[in-house]
Amino acid sequence: MLLELSDVHVHYGQVEALKGVSLDVDQGEIVTLIGGNGAGKTTTLKTISGLRPVTRGSIRFEGAELVGVPAHRLVAMGISQAPEGRGIFPGMSVMENLEMGAYTRAGDKAAFARNLDRVFELFPRLAERRRQPGGTLSGGEQQMVAIGRALMADPRLLLLDEPSMGLAPKLVAQIFAIVEEINRQGTTVLLVEQNAAQALRRADRAYVLETGRVVKTAAADELLDDETVKAAYLGGDVGSAS
Amino acid sequence: MVGIFASLFALHGLGVQPGDPTLSGAALMGTLLVVTLVAMAASGLTAVAMERIAYRPLRRRGAPRLAALITAIGVSLFLQELFAARYGRDELGFPRVLEKRQLLEIAGANVRSDKVLVVVAALLLMVALDRFVNRSRLGRGIRATAQDAETAALMGVDINRVVMLTFLLGGLLAGAAGTLYGVFFEAARYNIGFLPGIKAFTAAVLGGIGNIRGALVGGLSLGLLENWGSTVLGGEWKDVFAFSVLVLVLLFRPTGLLGESLGKARA
Repeated sequence: MLLELSDVHVHYGQVEALKGVSLDVDQGEIVTLIGGNGAGKTTTLKTISGLRPVTRGSIRFEGAELVGVPAHRLVAMGISQAPEGRGIFPGMSVMENLEMGAYTRAGDKAAFARNLDRVFELFPRLAERRRQPGGTLSGGEQQMVAIGRALMADPRLLLLDEPSMGLAPKLVAQIFAIVEEINRQGTTVLLVEQNAAQALRRADRAYVLETGRVVKTAAADELLDDETVKAAYLGGDVGSAS
Repeated sequence: MVGIFASLFALHGLGVQPGDPTLSGAALMGTLLVVTLVAMAASGLTAVAMERIAYRPLRRRGAPRLAALITAIGVSLFLQELFAARYGRDELGFPRVLEKRQLLEIAGANVRSDKVLVVVAALLLMVALDRFVNRSRLGRGIRATAQDAETAALMGVDINRVVMLTFLLGGLLAGAAGTLYGVFFEAARYNIGFLPGIKAFTAAVLGGIGNIRGALVGGLSLGLLENWGSTVLGGEWKDVFAFSVLVLVLLFRPTGLLGESLGKARA
C-alpha cells in the first residue's frame, strides 16, 4: 500500500468536513475521488498534504505516519500536489514556477535537468513559454505549469485537484491523456474531479465522497455503469464535460 | 530607532564621543563598518524577536492581514515607549563621525561627503536586496510565499522560516538605515524611526506594494517631491505636499507607479 487513510476526521471550526474517511492507493494506480461541491474532495487532498490539521485518524505513506508532519516536508517524502485553482505564482515566469517545484532538491542539477526534460516533453508548450509570467498564461497553460511543477520533484505520488476545472472539453481530454501518460511512466496518481465521466474513464479505481464520507468505492468502469452514480454525477450523459 | 540607538551605543563602545575630532581614513572606514554591522545585527534580531512574539501567533490563528498591520503599529509604539522609559524623551547627541566636507559642486548644488555616503550605501543595499530576492533560492521562496503561501508550502517552502528570514532582512536593512540616519542628522531620539517608517510604507505604496524596484522608485520620488515641495511652498509644507501627491497618484494608479508591470518586471 502506497497511501492509506483510515478514519480521518477534519474540522473547520465546529464544522466537521471529513467524517471518518478511509481510502487507499496502491503503487502504480490512478485512483479518483469524485463527488459534488462540498463533499470533501479538496479537503481530503489538503489533509494528505498537511495543510489541514487532522482531529482523528491516521494517514500512512509508504508505512510512515503523515499526521503531524508539516506540509513543507511532504515533497521530500515523495508527494507532490497540483492544487485546486492551480496555484500558479503569478509574478514568476514559467521557468521559475517549475524551479519552485524542485525547491527542496535545488542541489541536484542532474535530477533537475532530467525532470525538466520530462516536463517539456509532456508539455512542449511550456518550453515555448518559459519566460512568460505565470499570471499571463491561459487556463490550460496554467494547468500544465501546475502539473509540470509537481513533476519537478519527481514524486512517487501525484495529487491532482480538479485539473479539468474551467477548461474547454478538448483541453480536458488532452490534460487527462497526459495524466495517463504520467501514470504509465510510473507515477501513482490520486485524482480529485468534478468531471466524473472523464475521471472514471481514466482511473483504475474510484471513491465517491458525499458530505465528508466515502459512500461508495469500486473499480472505475463499474461505477461508470452504476445507476446511482450515473444519476448523481454523470447527468445521464457520459460524454459531456462536467 | 533600534538601529540608531545601537549605532550610538556602538560608537560609545568604541570610545567615540560628541565633540571628538572626526575620524578619517582607515579609522573612519573601520568605525563606520563596525557601527553599521552592530546596528544591523541589533535591529535584525529585534525584528526576528518581534516576529516570534507578536506575528507568528497571529499567522497560526489565521488572522486577517489588517491584524498584522495593527500589530506593526503596536510593536512600534511598544519599542518606542520602552526606549523612552529607559533613555528619556530628549534628543541624544550623535557624535560626528564623518566630516561633512563639500566634495564638489554640480550646477550650483553642493555634493557633500555624508550625502554621498547615504546615496552610495542605499544603492548598494538596494542592489544586494534585489539580487538576493530575484536570483537566490531563498529569495524565490520569499516571493513564492508572498504570492501564494499555501502553494509555496506544497512546494516544500518552510513558511515560518521564510517569514522569519524576511523579518531579519527587513531588520538588517532598517539597522543600516538607522546608522545612516544618525551619521546624517547627528541626533537620536526614542521616536526618531516613526516618521521614516510611515514614509517608507508610503514610498512602498507609491511605488507599488510587493515590488522592490517600485519601493526604490517610490522612495526616491517621495524624497524629491518633499524637497521640491518645501522649496516652492516653504519647509512647513513638505509633508503636506508629499502626502497630497501620494493621494493623487493612488487615485489614478491604485497599484502604485510600478504596480502593473509587476509580472513583467520579474519575468
